[in-house]
Amino acid sequence: MAIGKVRTGLYGVIAEFTSPAELTVAAEAARDAGYTEMDAFSPFPIHGLHETVGMKSAGMSSLSAITLAGGIIGGIAGFFMCWYANVISYPLNIGGKPLNSWPAWIPITFECTILLASFAAVFGMLALNGLPMPYHPVFNVPRFDQASRDKFFLVIQARDPKFDFDGVWKFLEALHPREVVDVPW
Amino acid sequence: MADLTPVHEIRPLTQDIPERFIPVPTVEPGHTFASVTDHISAIVLQKRMPKLWWLGLAVGIVGVTVLTTTLGKLVLVGVGVFGINHPVGWGFDILNFVWWIGIGHAGTLISAILLLLRQGWRTSINRFAEAMTLFAVAAAGLYPAFHTGRPWYDFWLFPYPNTMSLWPQFRSPLMWDVFAVSTYATVSALFWYVGLIPDLATLRDRSRGKIARVLYGMLSLGWRGSAKHWFRYESAYLLLAGLSTPLVLSVHTIVSFDFAVAQIPGWHATFFPPYFVAGAVYAGFAMVLTLAIPARKMFHLQDFITMKHLENMGKVMLATGLIVFYSYAMEAFFAYYSGNGFERYMWLNRVTGPYWKMYAMLIVCNGLAPQMMWFRKMRTSTFGLFVTAMFVNVGMWLERFVIIPTSLSRDFLPSSWGMYHGTRWDWSMFAGSIGLFLFLLFLFVRFLPMISIFEMRTMLPEAQAHPEGHEA
Repeated sequence: MAIGKVRTGLYGVIAEFTSPAELTVAAEAARDAGYTEMDAFSPFPIHGLHETVGMKSAGMSSLSAITLAGGIIGGIAGFFMCWYANVISYPLNIGGKPLNSWPAWIPITFECTILLASFAAVFGMLALNGLPMPYHPVFNVPRFDQASRDKFFLVIQARDPKFDFDGVWKFLEALHPREVVDVPW
Repeated sequence: MADLTPVHEIRPLTQDIPERFIPVPTVEPGHTFASVTDHISAIVLQKRMPKLWWLGLAVGIVGVTVLTTTLGKLVLVGVGVFGINHPVGWGFDILNFVWWIGIGHAGTLISAILLLLRQGWRTSINRFAEAMTLFAVAAAGLYPAFHTGRPWYDFWLFPYPNTMSLWPQFRSPLMWDVFAVSTYATVSALFWYVGLIPDLATLRDRSRGKIARVLYGMLSLGWRGSAKHWFRYESAYLLLAGLSTPLVLSVHTIVSFDFAVAQIPGWHATFFPPYFVAGAVYAGFAMVLTLAIPARKMFHLQDFITMKHLENMGKVMLATGLIVFYSYAMEAFFAYYSGNGFERYMWLNRVTGPYWKMYAMLIVCNGLAPQMMWFRKMRTSTFGLFVTAMFVNVGMWLERFVIIPTSLSRDFLPSSWGMYHGTRWDWSMFAGSIGLFLFLLFLFVRFLPMISIFEMRTMLPEAQAHPEGHEA
């Protein structure tokens, strides 16, 4: 059963490395060679590698903005809920205090702020990363299960404007990887 | 790169320095990405669990049986099975609720606050401590859920438009508690799950059984370790840590408001929030030690949970213990300095009244026992740490007993005084909640990696990608 279009053909060419330093050097070489559509895979985060493989991260990241928006919405909604319930919908005189006794609502406003900001941070991260995505072409690489253990991968995608199969293959071979393989869709 | 170097290498002694000046590492040397991955994932993927694990699970199952029996009795008969009555309407339920919530706080402290403070040693204990948080909150949640006696109406606690045209009273600390604890449980679960995603991918790639592979695969959401993903992942993790830090402080602050906002002598005090938060961290670290010391032995994790971790936890216990002890002194001082007869009597009653034994044991457990942590010999002995942690576990329970029934049993009017004792159902519910906690914890170590594998990889020297750079 296929949902949508079934892609065929080549996704890209992938090279396997054995250390984070090798991967970093290889990614920098690929960037300097003018490749733009690539990605690196590692068993743990490597500082600055996302910029080398073509992700821009100047200024406030979109994830921070999403989280901030979630927090602001949560805070306003939390306060509005308390205010609406205790002032408009169901006013009760408690010890002669004013109905709009807002200091008593600070804890709930705060908790709602944190709750929605956290949801925004987690689901925003997943959405921006395009997860969940159970199938991805790199999983076709036989040794890719090592990417979650101790191996490091660099893929140059076929949609890269500079992509030509033999040229990319030779370029990756020259970086002294453990092996180079093609990645079918 | 050698994949299977021996797990242990003798740390070289280059000069004649006394051994106590050689820093204990957070990971024993000789480990590689592969050995860390294999060792930790093997605990989950192996077919046979150690005998001790089965024993622990059996204790948990017995506890859960006790719990379900108690809850059945409670639902059939009503809250009269508990010892609460006039004048003590708050008994074991809130006592155990506060005890469990407090224990949970160490997990968030380790995972969030120590992350922001760049304490690398947190890495090997954060997953375990976060799981402890979740299960402690689950055990805590039983009490407010069931103390109503009619738990099927618990949804009334939450604001929702209803045909009765009623709203909860948002000015009430008990309502604040509902929001604080449910937010805390949700955010802790999110934090824990986000931390698990890359490790679930590791388990997906390494499990042999088809069912395991599919389940771990679904749970890992298709994680593939892309550099772009890692960047957003780390941002999200840091954001969550930044959000959890004020959250965890707010939770026990709000729990303390349950008492501090009331006018009962001994409760109505402004220093309750910091006092409660320090007590929570204190209790939580004691519980982490109680669990980590047997677990590292059971699963041979001494290379990852080293003496350095245990010693650091001992130090945190000492520091927070001193804050708690100081708070006891302040309680006495405020009672005296308030010039209020009821407050003064409350303190005298705690120390010399019918519950004086509880107070005396409290001082021994929470005030005196942790002083052992001043001594390096005790901090670096698993036995010494375990015994101290046990004292603190008991002490923190006693602290809540001293605060709650002692104040309620003798308030303003002597004609309304009365004694409080837990019934056997109170005790069985307490034992049952411990059983539930253990049950969940033993299942967790069976099915999920108890140490964060990907964060352990970053702790290794070979993780340095740039000679000049610094990795988190």
